[in-house]
Amino acid sequence: MALSHLAASASRSSSLLKPLSSALSLRRSISGDNSPLTVETSVPFTSHQCEAPSRSVETNPKELLTFFRDMALMRRMEIAADSLYKAKLIRGFCHLYDGQEAVAVGMEAAITKKDCIITAYRDHCTFVSRGGTLLEVFAELMGRQAGCSKGKGGSMHFYKKDSNFYGGHGIVGAQVPLGCGLAFAQKYSKDETVTFALYGDGAANQGQLFEALNISALWDLPAILVCENNHYGMGTAEWRAAKSPAYYKRGDYVPGLKVDGMDALAVKQACKFAKEHALKNGPIILEMDTYRYHGHSMSDPGSTYRTRDEISGVRQERDPIERIRKLILSHDLATEKELKDVEKEVRKEESPMPEPSELFTNVYAKGLGVESFGADRKEVRATLP
Amino acid sequence: MLAIARQRMLGQSFKKILPAVSVLRSYSSAAKQITVREALNSALDEEMSADPKVFLMGEEVGEYQGAYKITKGLLEKYGPERVLDTPITEAGFTGIGVGAAYYGLKPVVEFMTFNFSMQAIDHIINSAAKSNYMSAGQISVPIVFRGPNGAAAGVGAQHSQCYAAWYASCPGLKVLSPYNSEDARGLLKAAIRDPDPVVFLENELLYGESFPVSDEVLDSSFCLPIGKAKIEREGKDVTITAFSKMVGYALKAAEMLEKDGIYAEVINLRSIRPLDRSTINTSVRKTNRLITVEEGFPQHGVGAEICASVVEESFSYLDAPVERIAGADVPMPYAANLERMAVPQVEDIVRAAKRACYRSVPLAATA
Repeated sequence: MALSHLAASASRSSSLLKPLSSALSLRRSISGDNSPLTVETSVPFTSHQCEAPSRSVETNPKELLTFFRDMALMRRMEIAADSLYKAKLIRGFCHLYDGQEAVAVGMEAAITKKDCIITAYRDHCTFVSRGGTLLEVFAELMGRQAGCSKGKGGSMHFYKKDSNFYGGHGIVGAQVPLGCGLAFAQKYSKDETVTFALYGDGAANQGQLFEALNISALWDLPAILVCENNHYGMGTAEWRAAKSPAYYKRGDYVPGLKVDGMDALAVKQACKFAKEHALKNGPIILEMDTYRYHGHSMSDPGSTYRTRDEISGVRQERDPIERIRKLILSHDLATEKELKDVEKEVRKEESPMPEPSELFTNVYAKGLGVESFGADRKEVRATLP
Repeated sequence: MLAIARQRMLGQSFKKILPAVSVLRSYSSAAKQITVREALNSALDEEMSADPKVFLMGEEVGEYQGAYKITKGLLEKYGPERVLDTPITEAGFTGIGVGAAYYGLKPVVEFMTFNFSMQAIDHIINSAAKSNYMSAGQISVPIVFRGPNGAAAGVGAQHSQCYAAWYASCPGLKVLSPYNSEDARGLLKAAIRDPDPVVFLENELLYGESFPVSDEVLDSSFCLPIGKAKIEREGKDVTITAFSKMVGYALKAAEMLEKDGIYAEVINLRSIRPLDRSTINTSVRKTNRLITVEEGFPQHGVGAEICASVVEESFSYLDAPVERIAGADVPMPYAANLERMAVPQVEDIVRAAKRACYRSVPLAATA
């Protein structure tokens, strides 16, 4: 089975992961093309306590190609992770984002790396959109040293501080107050940047979210709360969990906007609007109407609480990658074949597991030379650096 | 000149076998005295002055001047951007504090008492303590969580718990607990300067107590090392470990024991995590007997860890079983007589020390 040879040297290509080859011709033609293009979002925005931004989004061929390529990469990556998990090369929890790519990609297009993003455990694609490499993703998922957290975090704990990506959190809802804290620090430091704190419809009912929102509104923090509403909190549909599933309205005194989260351009427009708002007026809530094709995690088939028709229906009608493909083709920006060539896999590289001594590193930033212990403290001890 | 005079007088007093503590107090004109409250306030003031990234957050820390007046005057001095009054939402504001620390600021988050920290404990443990490890060093969390811990007087079961053992069990946290003004100043300054999350357990009943401090302690650069215990009183017959308020009780017990010819060595832990196992074990190897004292619940407490450490490292040096003095294994009652029974008293420590020295009557039969 090809997957069992995944750990082998890079020269051998598996059926799953093929070497990267660049679609050079396509790059030359539209990758440098910044000529402006105006596209309408699929549906208008719905707003709460604010004036919705225009449906007309400014973009250009280069941006559309970037959207296409990045989303296709993310889609492939998540599908590859699915196979690796089934081959038991990824352990523990694995929450996949395929279907929701437009949110990560559209958000990134509206902001800079100085703005902060924090999310929960469905973080692989957000990490990539912040500049993480596929090697860092797969190595981390498989617990290797080359992983973004050196193999010590796992699927739910990806971080990239140098591009202000703060994880990667396993406790539902915890990332929202943390995100408001990032926004606090940005305001304190007078950085003129904002924080996007992402959470799901499941987390939207958490008390700490409202505590943090209250403080953010009181203190005018540049915090943007983004509810990635994929309509299911694990196995519980939104109407069974929330008395009011109009998440963009749940901020009450905090303005909100409902966005088609499968339309990368709508996401971009909303995030741009939200950033301007947050810098001037404090917190705002964005509800991204999106969908995940996989179950909650790899241990959830995702079909006991929703029909296969529903899943395939969304895939046919609202898939974010298909939307961009149609847009590119309808504007004659590239040919079918060129786009297909772009949909390539990544080449995998070799990486060892962490050294046993890594068990004891990074417990503290400043370990003070104290002792730490293994399971049998007479056998395994270490001094923390 | 004064220092030399002080030394000579101290030397003479030791010959008279006067307890060390009261000697220092009786020569207070030579050393300045400050309350623990003043010590904490001055430490916060100095650290905020030295580093603009340090800010305070908590209920009533600003306009109210602090629920226990620890943060008095700081709002006026540093302004509302650096001294923030929060709503009564521990989960929310603790998460915000930790997020600010992720970005690189240095928050000092006050819990009005550590009982309320339980509302925010997920952020302390999962968001703060573990982040440096989970991110392999990318996200360090230079935050301090501080406030009164343990029993006060007559505040009942929900307001009297000691959290030392709970927080000290968690890798990634540092847990400190000062006793006197020198501890309060030195440890709080160290905590604020430390790049890791620190849980700083104060004691409400100690806030108003005065202790002598040297000029060195009053200097703005003063700092105590984290992870080092202090031998408050040297002895040769039995080791007594304690932290926070119980250090005072242990010192009183040592005075009483001395009258019976038992010389107790009192160790002020100062740091619950990292625990100064080295100082504790060295002391036990000298005295061969150990009493651990704490205010908190006995099961899985700080004393249990110290006992285990000594049994592992210094078993052959023990001449008697380790004795644990702790709070009673019950929620804190309100009635004064029951409350008195629920918290260790000096006599309890004395009795345990005598037991360890085989100087007491046989133990009472178990109920």
